Amino acid sequence: MSATELNATIALSALLLLIGFAGLILRRNPLIALMGIELMLNASNLAFIAFARWWGNTVGHIFAFLVITVAAAEASIALAIVVVVFHARLQTDLDDVSGLKG
Amino acid sequence: MIIGFVLLAAILIGSALFVVTSSRPVHGIVALLLNFIALAVFYVHLNAEFLAVTQILVYSGAILVLFVFVIALLSSGVDRLHLTVDRLARLPIPSIALLAALFGLFLWALMGHRFLEPSFHAMAVGGTPAGIADAFGSVGSFGTALFTAHVLPFEVTALILVVAIVGVVALTNEESRR
Repeated sequence: MSATELNATIALSALLLLIGFAGLILRRNPLIALMGIELMLNASNLAFIAFARWWGNTVGHIFAFLVITVAAAEASIALAIVVVVFHARLQTDLDDVSGLKG
Repeated sequence: MIIGFVLLAAILIGSALFVVTSSRPVHGIVALLLNFIALAVFYVHLNAEFLAVTQILVYSGAILVLFVFVIALLSSGVDRLHLTVDRLARLPIPSIALLAALFGLFLWALMGHRFLEPSFHAMAVGGTPAGIADAFGSVGSFGTALFTAHVLPFEVTALILVVAIVGVVALTNEESRR
């Protein structure tokens, strides 16, 4: 793995994180916002694995594995919240779910 | 090698853009599936075979199926999942300013920051990139690292999953909510 390849991979990871973040903050559909979060988690995983390959160190793989696990837990809880909110209020717009606003 | 990288990067960026711009969540899920598979191919290229398989199993096999189930549950008979006006259309100037700032941050990191310079490795510990053994990224080396030096994070993972299961059941249980 050359340094150029590492640089390109990290730049790709940063761009994917940017796209995911834009989807998270600009979309008001909760499902697409969640997909933006998944994109961001995957981008961080790509950086972890690229650096693990660069240093020949397995710890990056361990971290990526933990991130995948946390992403699974986060997706299940977030989707459960979406379902509960939809059944209680019959709406799927993030801006209208403002019951906790002070 | 270069062609493969450019092709994979194009697929990744294109499918990610399609996900965040899709009007219907189902279309976004198909693009997200393509994104995850391309990432798995990328992981194989980076000698992370076990994580590539895990990526396919957990993301494409579990998380995306969960998304599909929720969409099927929410949009049965009601077509209100894609009717909302998004912030880019409702608040164009703050949205575009925020996107421009983020892209500027990305370009700054690309151009000026030293972790992207070729001499980065010379500044950090170890000097040069390490050569990798044949077993690097295999199930054997991954499992050895996970169950010896990093067994505590592995156990915390079990706790996180239990909390997630209990939380989901408590959230969606009709009787416990009353």
